[in-house]
Amino acid sequence: MSYTEKELKKELDNKPYEFGFVTDIESDKAPVGLNEDIVKLISSKKKEPQWLLNYRLKAFQIWKTMKEPDWAHVKYTKPDFQNISYYSAPKKKKELQSLDEVDPELLKTMEKLGISIEEQKKLSGVAVDFVMDSVSVATSFKDKLGELGIVFCSFSEAVQDHPELIKKYMGTVVPYTDNYYAALNSAVFSDGSFCYIPKGVKCPMELSTYFRINESGTGQFERTLLIADESSYVSYLEGCTAPSRDENQLHAAVVELIALDKAEIKYSTVQNWYPGDKNGKGGVYNFVTKRGICGYRSKISWTQVETGSAVTWKYPSCILKGDYSIGEFYSVAVTNNFQQADTGTKMIHIGKNTKSTIISKGISAGKSQNSYRGLVKIGKGAKNSRNFSQCDSLLMTDQCGAHTYPYIECENPTATVEHEATTSKIGEEQLFYCMQRGISEEKAISLIVNGYAKEVLNKLPMEFAVEAQKLLEISLEGSVG
Amino acid sequence: MSDILIEIKDLKCRIDNQNILQGLNLKINKGEVHAIMGPNGSGKSTLSSVLAGNDNYEITKGSITFLGEDITEMSPEERSWKGMFLAFQYPVEIPGVSNINFLRTALNERNKYFGIDSIPAKDFLKMVSEKSMLVGLDNKLKNRSVNEGFSGGEKKRNEIFQMAMLNPKLAILDETDSGLDIDALKIVANGVNKLKSSKNATVVITHYQRLLDYIVPDFVHVLHEGKIIKTGDKSLALELEKKGYDWLKTDAAI
Repeated sequence: MSYTEKELKKELDNKPYEFGFVTDIESDKAPVGLNEDIVKLISSKKKEPQWLLNYRLKAFQIWKTMKEPDWAHVKYTKPDFQNISYYSAPKKKKELQSLDEVDPELLKTMEKLGISIEEQKKLSGVAVDFVMDSVSVATSFKDKLGELGIVFCSFSEAVQDHPELIKKYMGTVVPYTDNYYAALNSAVFSDGSFCYIPKGVKCPMELSTYFRINESGTGQFERTLLIADESSYVSYLEGCTAPSRDENQLHAAVVELIALDKAEIKYSTVQNWYPGDKNGKGGVYNFVTKRGICGYRSKISWTQVETGSAVTWKYPSCILKGDYSIGEFYSVAVTNNFQQADTGTKMIHIGKNTKSTIISKGISAGKSQNSYRGLVKIGKGAKNSRNFSQCDSLLMTDQCGAHTYPYIECENPTATVEHEATTSKIGEEQLFYCMQRGISEEKAISLIVNGYAKEVLNKLPMEFAVEAQKLLEISLEGSVG
Repeated sequence: MSDILIEIKDLKCRIDNQNILQGLNLKINKGEVHAIMGPNGSGKSTLSSVLAGNDNYEITKGSITFLGEDITEMSPEERSWKGMFLAFQYPVEIPGVSNINFLRTALNERNKYFGIDSIPAKDFLKMVSEKSMLVGLDNKLKNRSVNEGFSGGEKKRNEIFQMAMLNPKLAILDETDSGLDIDALKIVANGVNKLKSSKNATVVITHYQRLLDYIVPDFVHVLHEGKIIKTGDKSLALELEKKGYDWLKTDAAI
């Protein structure tokens, strides 16, 4: 890297959040507020079939009866759900045939994000479905994937083109009754990604989607549905950045993964939304429900690097329904300043000989609070199932907090459940050792932290691993104390 | 150009309101080997930490001049770039950071400071294999995390390997012999001797005369209550081995 830590620091001081710019694009925005009419408006704007509208309305009815959960170890001002615009789409003049027709403003935004589609196209192996606000704007590599029968498109497109798949699978892993935010998402979701890998197909490239919250005051309600049919394989990357905002922005996504018999899904996330400023003002509320279900001998692997958001509430989970199925969760969660994260996973063992692994690495700096919350549940029929959990916490200052809430429920005597946990503070001795060898403090911190998180970072696809390392560095600037 | 590598003048320092160094003077020329001996708690390890720039110690008086430049207030990394190396008594473990990556980062940081391009991977690896032979460092250790799970002897060898890689002007070996068996001691001493030249100097901090059979000092200093109370040649070390420190302490008290 040609860039020094000091330069980076200087830059960060002048520019509090790297991706904090606003793109000036006319938006097609729904009026502020939430009621049945808004739900209907969203559905009709998207020309949805009646069954989907009914689904939304049922979810909305349920949501109205629910209460916002308060068991997480986070404190925040509850969002005013009547003060959010629930739909915003860049105005489309006509169907786009090529990149030349894409709004130049939008292309500029993508360039600032370092993910210009031209570049992505050239870089072999990555198909990008760019989501700006709520509507997918440009999609690449579609034809190539199409030849294999792989469907990779926006959720809205899938509703039009593959309604049978949506109808069959949507809500089967995360029903709208699941929780408050999932119900809200089910009622007002605007768009998201859809992916279907046919039987026996190994997806030849990493599929990636960049999410970006843009329009001021619009919550983003993404919906992702990923279906890996029997004996197929897919690796999916999700990376996020959002512009800097003063008021809190709500993000309540739902991600559903379905791995049919002998299929494998690898789902990786780098989350770098605006965490709020140094004094804890602003920042994104990230309340996400992510869950996958495994069939016979299938495997779902979640890898996440969480550095952004003011408040994170997120538990990517696996329902190990099929015998011999495998669930994995690898997580690095960094909190700095006043950030709060309550994240972890649920491994629900139902089938026989199911196996799960949980590796969670929390890094807390500043005055932040970082919690791991996990459930390992071994059902009655989950004979010979196994779990291994390791939850490590690294403290950078004496004002931050690290918390571990592991829940284990075991109903089958043949199961093996292991849990290991450590808490350590970044050592002055380690830092001095590095500095004596000529490695500056900032660089030393990044070296030590990356070493600590290596087990997880190694699970990320190559191109993401580099980005993630850089993110860790940026997130922990000047944070030792 | 002067032959003085480092000059410490009337150095006083404290930690947690406890005075440790209490007016220490020492001058080291290029090409010399100095041994610093002394009873427990005399300030030997403090001296090495202070020379390396550990800011847990507060310097209350005096100065350190390295290659003609006052480095009393200089950061540890800058001292390192300028050619100071400390072989730690207790090398720390850095989990998940490979030895190789650690050293490459260290070298590149120094190159950056001097405005030199990063060392090409090929040259770096060649250097690694050359220098590791010097201390017979097991190949596997190079790719393992820094000092993690190393035996005591392996950690000390690794310190000398790092020293060889960084090629310092002033090497301070803080009780490098502690915890080493006789074979390992010979290997480590042999490595240090091979790195010696007319342009650099070595400070050996030790409790035992034995190491000085292998790394032969030009000067032996006795540190007591934060001051050098006696300086002699290598025969002083032998004398200390026989008589202990008490006779000197009494002298110093008078």
